[in-house]
Amino acid sequence: MQMFEAIMLSVIAASTPLLLAAAGELVTERSGVLNLGLEGMMIMGAACAFAGTDLSGSVVVGALCGVFAGVAMSAIFAIFTLGLAVNQVASGLALTILGTGLSGLIGAGFVGQRITPAPQLHLPGLTDLPLVGHILFGQDAFVYLSVALVIGIWLFLYRSRTGLVLRAVGDNHTSAHALGYPVLKIRALAVLFGGGCAGLAGAFLPLAYTPFFIPGMTAGRGWIALALVVFASWRPGRLVAGAYLFGAVSILQLHAQALGLGIPSQLMSSLPYLATVIVLVLISRTRGISGSAAPASLGVVFVPDR
Amino acid sequence: MKKWNIIAMAAVLAIAMATFGASYAAEKLKIGFIYTGPIGDLGWSYQHDVGRKAMEKALAGKVETTYLENVPEGPDAERSIEQLARTGHKLIFTTSFGFMDPTLKVANKYPNVFFEHATGFKRAKNVATYAARFYEGRYIQGQIAAKISKTGVIGYIVSFPIPEVISNINATMLGAQSVNPNMKVKIIWVNSWFDPGKEADAAKALIDQGVDVLTQHTDSPAAMQIAEQRGIHAFGQSSNMIKFGPQAQLTADTDYWGDYYTKRAQAVLDGKWASGDTWGGLDSGMVVMAPYTNMPDDVKKMAMDTQAAITSGALKPFKCPITDQDGKTVECKGGDQLDPGQILSMNFYVKGVDDKIPGK
Repeated sequence: MQMFEAIMLSVIAASTPLLLAAAGELVTERSGVLNLGLEGMMIMGAACAFAGTDLSGSVVVGALCGVFAGVAMSAIFAIFTLGLAVNQVASGLALTILGTGLSGLIGAGFVGQRITPAPQLHLPGLTDLPLVGHILFGQDAFVYLSVALVIGIWLFLYRSRTGLVLRAVGDNHTSAHALGYPVLKIRALAVLFGGGCAGLAGAFLPLAYTPFFIPGMTAGRGWIALALVVFASWRPGRLVAGAYLFGAVSILQLHAQALGLGIPSQLMSSLPYLATVIVLVLISRTRGISGSAAPASLGVVFVPDR
Repeated sequence: MKKWNIIAMAAVLAIAMATFGASYAAEKLKIGFIYTGPIGDLGWSYQHDVGRKAMEKALAGKVETTYLENVPEGPDAERSIEQLARTGHKLIFTTSFGFMDPTLKVANKYPNVFFEHATGFKRAKNVATYAARFYEGRYIQGQIAAKISKTGVIGYIVSFPIPEVISNINATMLGAQSVNPNMKVKIIWVNSWFDPGKEADAAKALIDQGVDVLTQHTDSPAAMQIAEQRGIHAFGQSSNMIKFGPQAQLTADTDYWGDYYTKRAQAVLDGKWASGDTWGGLDSGMVVMAPYTNMPDDVKKMAMDTQAAITSGALKPFKCPITDQDGKTVECKGGDQLDPGQILSMNFYVKGVDDKIPGK
């Protein structure tokens, strides 16, 4: 049973950056903007968070630096895609390339430094409970924050008027504009929110997951988070399930290997992507019947007719 | 008309001066490096960059170097290598196994450029290969692990099933078995040279399954850091990782390329470069063991004795007879030990490794 706890702890740690990044991207995409620059915003978040923590000695300051870096990166994206109506796919890819390079530059002086990682919660009694103690009451702040974030996003999207407007903008920006809603302003805020979340997700890596900074340390997690949003078919509830499923697959395949179960590791590593493809097929199959949550205006450039 | 003549003459003069200037500058030998990881990986690519800097310093004023980092292995690498060849680099080091075929392809197109490919086995008239006998260090690590481990299980985090990785696993196990014939190894393939998060996860999974000494053939110090956190021991890879595991690191199998790079660049400068294969070990200084730390004195002494024996050639890690994992005796082509070809193309596990080589 100790094994169960150990595996669960690893799964949660592996899932948290995916969940944080994907939650932000979900809001961005729900407003009708496809930001493929997730990986670039995450790695910038990682570099700035580590730099901030190393210089200030405080993980909180570092995490805020990470969030700020993500917001700044997404602001560049917003200026291009919303202000200048540039193609979103190209801008997003450019953002990733920019982030990868810039983070290497910022982080160069911090490679090899050591910091004290984010502390984990310890509630006497509760944390020491067998089996679930550490899983529920012994995590770092990022983990609790990621869960709270998704709940908040769910409440916002489905239980608030602003959330309804945001979804309307994502589904049909022309109608929303005709009704007098500030389409570009709403999208800009959604993009900035997504950037902040990506920055926080990036910050998790050097502050809690592997407490050091190395260029390129996100190693493709931004792309997995993008796949995750599609896998969740743009629904927050499914996003949580998907993130933990993706995390579980990546951890369990390591354990399966160490146990010598003989399952090809390459197959296991590709499972999240396979699952995403299958979900995409299912979405397009059932579009006529149940209607998809995919924002109808996703990736479409909007230029208001003044 | 006269005016035009003057302008034309001035232009000719300018071009001639520019050409002269360029050829004067080109007297400095331009040398290119292709790295698969970031130079800040503190592992493999970092060590190559240390070598590059050492060469630059040793041949100051005579050479000029360029490096491209984060170049993905495979067909894409061709563009990067060609870019260096096209921009006047006369000697190009491609420092990862996956650059093998792209290097040969570009070399074929640029017969006047010299190429050096690390850890590969394909050569051409203008392509030499070089590698270090990392397995010598791994043998020592195996012995140390067998002495230190209480659970009798080594954890091994690996990247891709290429011969170098396989031969290193085997050398580790042969070393371990020379101390304790019952040593076991748990192997996790992370299918990446560089993914700190995944390497850390693999380290956790191995420790959770009862491993108490970790070794790796991936490039980041993530596993070392996990070992430190969990209070077990580990070996550094490629470079000294003691900073990330002050209580955990036993030693590290580090590679030092500076002398080799300097020698090869000097050969080009002297017009004496020739293709060939260089395979240096502890004796040549290409493989250097980081200080033996966090172990009892008797283990340290054993490690140093083994190191001395390998350096002098008295101890051969791949000494015959060698039994493979199915119990068959491996053919011995090199007299009393496996020959270099067998080691460089190794595609089998030795007895006692309970794993299947992926894709085999």
